This record gives sequence, structure tokens and C-alpha cells, in this order.
Amino acid sequence: MRAPGTMAWFARHELRLAWRDWVAMMTAGGRTRVRTLVLAVLALAVFMHLVAFSMVARFATAALAPDKTTLVVVAGSALLSWSLMLSQAMESVTRAFYTRSDLDLLLSSPIAAAKAFSVRVAAIAVSVTSMAALLAAPFINVLAALGGPRWLLAYVAVVAMAAAAVALAALMTTALFRMIGPKRTRLMAQIVAAVIGAGFVIGLQLAAIMSHGTLSRLAVLASEPFVAVAPDIGSPVWWPARALLGNPAAVVGVLAAGVLLLGFSIMIVAPRFADCAIAAAGTVPARTRQRRRASSFRSASPDTVLRRKEWTLLRRDPWLLSQTLMQLLYLLPPAFLLWHGFGEQGTSQILLVPVLVMAAGQLAGGLAWLAISGEDAPELVATAPLTAGTILRAKVAAVMGCILLVFAPFIAALALISPLCGLVAGIGIAVAAASATEIQLCFRAQAKRSHFRRRQTSSRVATFAEAFVSIAWAATAALAATGTSLAAMPGVVAVGILAGAHLFNPHKA
Amino acid sequence: MSMSCCDRPLALELRGLRKSFERPAVDGLDLALRAGEFYTLLGPNGAGKTTTLRMVVGLLRPDAGSISVLGVDALANPVAAKQAMAWVSDEPMIYDKLTPFEYLEFVAGLWGIDAAVAQARARDLIDWLSLTPHAHQRCESFSKGMRQKVALAGALVHEPKLIVLDEPFTGLDAGSARQVKTVLREHVRAGRTVIMTTHILEVAERMADRIGVIARGRLIAQGTLDELRRQAGTQAGSDGPSLEDTFLALLADEASAA
Repeated sequence: MRAPGTMAWFARHELRLAWRDWVAMMTAGGRTRVRTLVLAVLALAVFMHLVAFSMVARFATAALAPDKTTLVVVAGSALLSWSLMLSQAMESVTRAFYTRSDLDLLLSSPIAAAKAFSVRVAAIAVSVTSMAALLAAPFINVLAALGGPRWLLAYVAVVAMAAAAVALAALMTTALFRMIGPKRTRLMAQIVAAVIGAGFVIGLQLAAIMSHGTLSRLAVLASEPFVAVAPDIGSPVWWPARALLGNPAAVVGVLAAGVLLLGFSIMIVAPRFADCAIAAAGTVPARTRQRRRASSFRSASPDTVLRRKEWTLLRRDPWLLSQTLMQLLYLLPPAFLLWHGFGEQGTSQILLVPVLVMAAGQLAGGLAWLAISGEDAPELVATAPLTAGTILRAKVAAVMGCILLVFAPFIAALALISPLCGLVAGIGIAVAAASATEIQLCFRAQAKRSHFRRRQTSSRVATFAEAFVSIAWAATAALAATGTSLAAMPGVVAVGILAGAHLFNPHKA
Repeated sequence: MSMSCCDRPLALELRGLRKSFERPAVDGLDLALRAGEFYTLLGPNGAGKTTTLRMVVGLLRPDAGSISVLGVDALANPVAAKQAMAWVSDEPMIYDKLTPFEYLEFVAGLWGIDAAVAQARARDLIDWLSLTPHAHQRCESFSKGMRQKVALAGALVHEPKLIVLDEPFTGLDAGSARQVKTVLREHVRAGRTVIMTTHILEVAERMADRIGVIARGRLIAQGTLDELRRQAGTQAGSDGPSLEDTFLALLADEASAA
């Protein structure tokens, strides 16, 4: 039994809560689902290892002394993963400031808040590391199985990278607090996190479009001019890449750097954490007076009123709007590709079709969650004299309206270059958006709009179904744009996923 | 009750209402309210008050029994029944990003009220509830009391014939509570019916025409305050038993009978 109030005691408390949260999230609270969960995880692991095998098996015997091009490609990929870790860590650190849950209890207890927050930052590090290790595991395992145990050192490199990401995220978020205050930090940190997460990918894709006319990031990294300007092969810049390739000395170096950086950031941030959390709790929304001093009510049918309400709420919530529309950052490269290749008849427009379809599915899923599950006055709407069908139709129409607004310019531009691609993209976007909305309808569960970020955790089945159905429709559209009848195959998979979603529909009578 | 009161049509009639979760929450409840009546439902925590009201407004489906709202079968024709009802819970159901004026426009739109008519009512309600200075401010910065007043205004903007309230005074300060009571009294005076749950016995004592006491999902007593005192075997006097004494005596009788 650890003495109450010590770091170890807090760590045990955090660990217990995290474990119970994870189990509840994965099993949706049902004990009987544990076996199903284990089987599903095993099946997914096997599938991911097969994918990893097809991608990295040929690199398993790579030498310990790689050439500069290999180092550039590995470092570029590592930087890409690290930017995503940093983005995830920033979001977790921000959430630690703003999510009240047990903060009021901790801050009002006679225990030094720095202790609790040191543990909390460490817990974030563990969480980011676990996620990164989980994603990297199939690749590392395949490489280790085929190329020897030295590849297992890559796990240590992943730990070091995660530690550095959390350290930097904690320092950056605390700095934002000091610079712009608690009121703006939440939104700003989220934008910074998204830009960091997407910025590197988008930057590389833009460079790839400029130089090669494709969306391939590796094409840029491996290109001669890029390798030529990169630092010399002996530079410490390549340590993380060497560590990932299983170089023991580099592993020790990056691990020491990561852990030291994390320790330093905890030392700096933890004592300020309480002040930041208290400041965040003290923020009250400014009294916003609407410019339109609505002097008269507008006549409208109930479904129009519902649609208008959804659009108004989304428009007026910059935090939510940025959460939803941040995914559209990924549309920048295709938009640029469209502009770059405008007027040219080539294959670039075919590349755009799946990207647009995928983005439409993802955006529609988020919007549908907000409209259907994230209703802040569910009882008001449920007690209105409207049928459930009328309410749902209005909400779905609100989602589709947003999709139309965002994607219509892309479809129009694409149709001008290639009418077939425009048509296929239009149909694909409509079908992917409708499918994602349908899945959200099947798995709707009442929640607050402010819990938007946690929507993925409310139902794993819904999250995976939404992602896979978007991918399947994107593949269908891509093949259809090339005019092959093979397009029917992923289409059948998408329909199968929808049928599966209906099968698992918890609202089924 | 006077003849004129009994001649009034039934605003709400519950017959044999049952609802079970892990155990029976509402167990064969019969209840009848006349139009223009202010009825308060009292009971200990978990007695089935909120479950009953949620079934009335269509938020829960009963396992058995019938619900009639102004002669409309609420289970067979929920849309028509909802047209005549409003629901106010202890947690205000409003949108942070809308102003009170916009919220009332939204609610009036849901109930299909003519815009001009709804606008006039909205202005009156906002004025009665002292929300005029905040009518065009977003609700996100409002206190609990102000939010509850906005929710109440939303419930009244479509002039429901039956107003169903679940603990509407929770978290309200004395001033806000008085405003809400005044508005509710005005509506009852205008012939509308109110059914409300509350733990604040003083509110029930002062406002209700009749009080129902519910325990373990069953109505164990109902009537005016004097009728309840008689049922409980307590006597009113200058310092006679309060509703609290009567309520506790009725619950004690029920517990010993069970």
C-alpha cells in the first residue's frame, strides 16, 4: 500500500482510471464483449502484420550503415509520425487543462498540485507512447522476424520520440497559456496541433506536386535535389533515423535526449499547471451580442427551422467549426494539384477523386455526429410535435447541405477538366457522405456537442465502420474514374460494411 | 372540489401506467387532472415522479397503461398530444450559441406557430421574465436561473394547454423563483393546466390546487392540502402540521403498510 499523496499513489490512481476507461471504451461497458474484443484485436493484428509485411519485408536486411537517401526517407517518415505524436500530445495536454472531471477535487485538496500534474503529464507520455508503439508494432515485428532482433530497438526509439513529443507539447501549451491567456488557448492549441499534424504531410505533398506532379511524399524525400541539400551522413540529425534502423548507440542517444527533455518539461510545467487549470476554470464566455438584432421572427416549416438551427450552431462555434473543418486541410494538396494541372489532360484529376470522396465521408461523419448525437436540447426536440422521421430527415439534410457547400466547387472544377471524373466524384461524395451519416444514425448516442473530440471513443464499431466505408467508396470512385469494372469490388465491400453496421445497430428493434 | 371544477374537461388522464427498469419505477398509476388545475406531484427520491412525467411527454414508452392528453391518446397519436404540451426539466434545455430571442423563434418554429403571433408572445414572455436586457445575448454566459427562465419561456411560447415541469425551481434564486411562479400562476388562471414535481414543499403548499403523493411508483394519496391532512390523520391549526409533517406521515404510513 503506497502512502496517499505520493507520486506513486497518484500514478496508481491514474493508471486505474485509464485502464477502466480503456476497458469500458473497448467493450462498451459489456463484460460479455471481452472475448469478442480479444478476437477482433487478434484479427486486426494479423491483418496489420500482413499489410506491414507487404510494405517493409524487403527492407528487413538493410545494412546498419545506411546510405544518405535511406536516412532521408526514414527520417522524413519519422518526422511525419513524430508530428502526429506532437499533435496528439498537444491535444491531450490542452484537455488536461480544460476538462474539469476531477480537477476541482485535486485542486481543492491539501496536496501539492505539481505532484498530481507531474503524474498526469507522465500519463500523457505513456498514452502517446502506447498509441505510437501500437501503430509501429506490425512493422517492427515483421522487420525483427525477418531481419533479426536488432530491429526491436526501434521500439525504444519510438518511446524516445513520444517522450520528446509530449515534452514539447507541454512546453508549447503552457507557453500559449502565458502568451494569449486561457480563453484563447483552447482554440489556438487545437489549431496549432492540427497544423502540426497536417502541415508536414501537406508540405511534402505540395512539394511533390510542384516537382513531380503527384501526391507522393516519398518521391520528394528520395529525390536527388532533396538528398543533396540534406545534412552530411555523420550529422546527429540522423540519430532518430539510425535508432529506428536499430543502431544501438543512436538508440541510447535518442532515448537519453527524449527522457531528459520530458523530465525537464515536467519540472518546468508541473508547478504552473495548477495556475493554468485554475485560469481555464475561470474563463466565462464573453457576453456575445448578436449583430442581427432579430426584430422579427421568420416563418418557416419545422424542418427548415431545425436545419437552420444546426447551421447557426456550427457557424457560431469556432472551436467546433475548426474541429470539423480541420480535416479539410488535407484537401489543400488536391486543390493545389487541381490548380496545377488545370487545363491539362492527365492522370492527376483521377488522383483527386478518391481524396475528395474520402474527405467527404469523414466530414459527413463528424457533422452527422454533431447534428444527430450532439443535440444539446434532445428533450426539447423529442417533445416537439414532430415525428422522429421528420427530425432525422431535417438533420441529415443539414449535414448534406454542408457537404454540398464544401465540395461543389471541387466537383465543378473537376468536371471542367474531365466530365467523367467530375461525375464520378460527385456521385462518390454523395454516396460516401450518405453512408457515413447512415452509420452515425445507426450508432447514435446522446452526448454533448463539446464532447465532439471523444466521439470516436463512444463506439469503436462506428468509428471503424465510418473509416472503412469511406475508404471503400474512395477506392470505388478511383477505379470508376479509370473506367474499370473492378470498381464494383470495393463498392460491394462498402455495401457489406453498411449491412454490418445495420446488423450491429444498437437501436434495431 | 366544486362542481364547476369537475365539469371541466380532463387535461391529463393516466390509467394503469407501468414502467419497469431493473425494478418497477411506476406501478399501475392512475391520475386525472382537470383543465385549469395546478397539480403537484411529491415523493421521495426514486418514487417514480420523473419517470411518470417523462412518459406523459413522450420521452419514455410505458410498459403498460394509457395516457390521454386533452382527449388525445398520447401513445397512439404522440404528435397531436405533443402539440398541446410543453416540458421543462430541472436541466434547462437550451442552446448556448443562440440568444433567447432566437431560441424562442426556434421553439415556435418547431410547434408550427405563426411567426408574427410567436414574436408577440416571445416579447411578452421575455418581458415578464425580466430577460429583456439579455434578449439578444447568447445564452452561453447565462446563469442557471437565467437559463431556466429561457427554457420556461420556450415552453410557454407556443401556449401549451398542459405544462409539465420536473423540478423547475432547482437552482433558482428567490427572485427568479418568484418570477417563474408568477408566470405559471398566470397561465393556470388563463385556463391552462400545470403538473409539476418538486422537493420544495413550500412551493407545493402555496401553488398547488391538488397535491399527489407518490411512493414506489404508486399514488398513495392525493387531494387538497386539507384532504391530505385528513388522510394522514394530522390536523391543521394555527401552528398545525405543515405539508412537510403531512407528507412524512403519509410516507411513514405507506412504509409500515408495505
